[in-house]
Amino acid sequence: MCGIIGFIDRKKSRMDGSSIKAALSLMNERGSGDGAGYAAYGIYPEYADCYALHVFFDNMAEPKKKVDEILQQWGEIVHQEEIPTTPQPGLKKVHIPWRYFFKPSEGLMEGRMASENDVVTHIFMEVNANIKGATIFSSGKNMGVFKASGWPEDVANFYRIEDYKGYIWLAHNRYPTNSPGWWGGAHPFNLLNWSVVHNGEITSYGTNQRYVEGYGYKCTALTDTEVVAYLFDLLGRQHELSHEMVVKALAPPFWDDIDRMPAKEAELNKAIRLTYGSALMNGPFAIVVGTENGIVGFTDRIKLRPLVVGENGSRLYISSEEAAIRTLDPEVKNIYTPRAGEPIIGRFIE
Amino acid sequence: MKTVRIDAKDMHYTPLNQKIRAAVADGAEEIILDNVLGQRFIGDGVRGNTRIIINGVPGGDLGMFMSGPTCIIHGNAEHAPGNTMDSGMLVIHGSAGDAVAHSMRGGKVFVRNNIGYRGGIHMKQYEVDVRPVLVVGGTAHSFLGEYMAGGLVLVLGIGKEKSMTDRGIGSGIHGGEIIIRGEVDDYLLGVGAKKFEFTEADLERIAPIIKSFCEQFGYDPAEFLDTNYTRIGPASSRPFASKYVWE
Repeated sequence: MCGIIGFIDRKKSRMDGSSIKAALSLMNERGSGDGAGYAAYGIYPEYADCYALHVFFDNMAEPKKKVDEILQQWGEIVHQEEIPTTPQPGLKKVHIPWRYFFKPSEGLMEGRMASENDVVTHIFMEVNANIKGATIFSSGKNMGVFKASGWPEDVANFYRIEDYKGYIWLAHNRYPTNSPGWWGGAHPFNLLNWSVVHNGEITSYGTNQRYVEGYGYKCTALTDTEVVAYLFDLLGRQHELSHEMVVKALAPPFWDDIDRMPAKEAELNKAIRLTYGSALMNGPFAIVVGTENGIVGFTDRIKLRPLVVGENGSRLYISSEEAAIRTLDPEVKNIYTPRAGEPIIGRFIE
Repeated sequence: MKTVRIDAKDMHYTPLNQKIRAAVADGAEEIILDNVLGQRFIGDGVRGNTRIIINGVPGGDLGMFMSGPTCIIHGNAEHAPGNTMDSGMLVIHGSAGDAVAHSMRGGKVFVRNNIGYRGGIHMKQYEVDVRPVLVVGGTAHSFLGEYMAGGLVLVLGIGKEKSMTDRGIGSGIHGGEIIIRGEVDDYLLGVGAKKFEFTEADLERIAPIIKSFCEQFGYDPAEFLDTNYTRIGPASSRPFASKYVWE
């Protein structure tokens, strides 16, 4: 059991983190104090064209030196600093959260990597798999993940979450049931601009992990959810599938439902199931993914975890509980529970 | 009438439920809760004839193990209202989340609008008279009456072209009945569920429940008493016998 929240203002009007903290804390019953986290998009406009790399360092000596080295092999560190934190009595500071604003340079990429996103993905995997004492936990542009082991309020106050203003927010309150509670195992899980919050378990993790590892992703977070971020990156970025199609691949309709579809729709759904059989996720889950273009919420195909949706003008809310949405917006309209596997998508309106 | 009013704004469920219990112990006949938002376990294990008015959106497991009271909810409910409820009534003037009336043993749960997945899961009954009832005014998502062992689930489909469009109705049902207004497509039936003829005697039997539901929400019962229903029950008392044992 975990508690999740997804929020988007489709007109990109930014909201600070205070009400997200209050809404997540309302669902404290869904957590165990072993992990909480937030992702906010639109928070670094002054470095909008840099990758904001958030890193947990065990110490500032060897691990830091090695991360600096690998970054310098690929580009320029435009700015770096410790992420501002305030000590909390209920939270033990196990790691030093650091941030780099990083720009891959064309000269260094030439002949080695096709795109900036490939460079950052490579650095992310390399650091997390091979540099002891360093974990990159956020790697998108103009966005950041803030997470730790602790209760939602403590983690929010530790990172001074109300100081950030975002047009997308994700939040997660963790109740780890089958994997260790550690800072890197808290949600959201991120790669590039993909961030994932998840309530449930991915029982097909082994299959999904082998599938993404075949494409060079490395699973290092000691828990299942990270594979969802890599699946979205593989299908959404590398294979250029729409968000709707990614959800169809991860939580597809049953074969007998496909048999009842009109011929053309059935053909498409069959093709996706056959192509992406190894990406299909089993087990109970309710998930919200933050992306470059918006947010995507969906559940497993037989709806073993709760998900509620609400709207108010340009704002779309997704959460485990209606009360959390009403905490964010007492005036929310059109509250409903989506169907199993149905993608709930909020995109920016330009 | 002795009425107690409690402002639940920003109150955790533990002190809120302590206040409710104290009011019941003090002989309150009516308890009005204002500004309820997400507090769990309201009315849990409460006995007696108290009427609890809830203004807002109560959290999960509303009325769990409740025995006797009536809760009127002016708002939606979250997961599992009526969980293992013993007797009494929940009247929800809105919709409710997943697993409504989970393992319910007696009493009534009336939901004006829709419910989520697995409504009536594991509902049970004792002989013929201790029999829980779940009535849904709108529609329900999949696995309605899953593993149901007793009791009645009634779906009226008010304002819907078809009362039920989600699959898995009565998956693993081995007792009790699910009655749905109008026709139900065969492919929506779950494993172990079977349609039975809906007779005049059945209508007579459910008429008092329909009238009681309509009375709560101000509907005219006439249109629900002059219409067709589909009755769904267990195909056998042991739907998974061949799956788990060798005989």
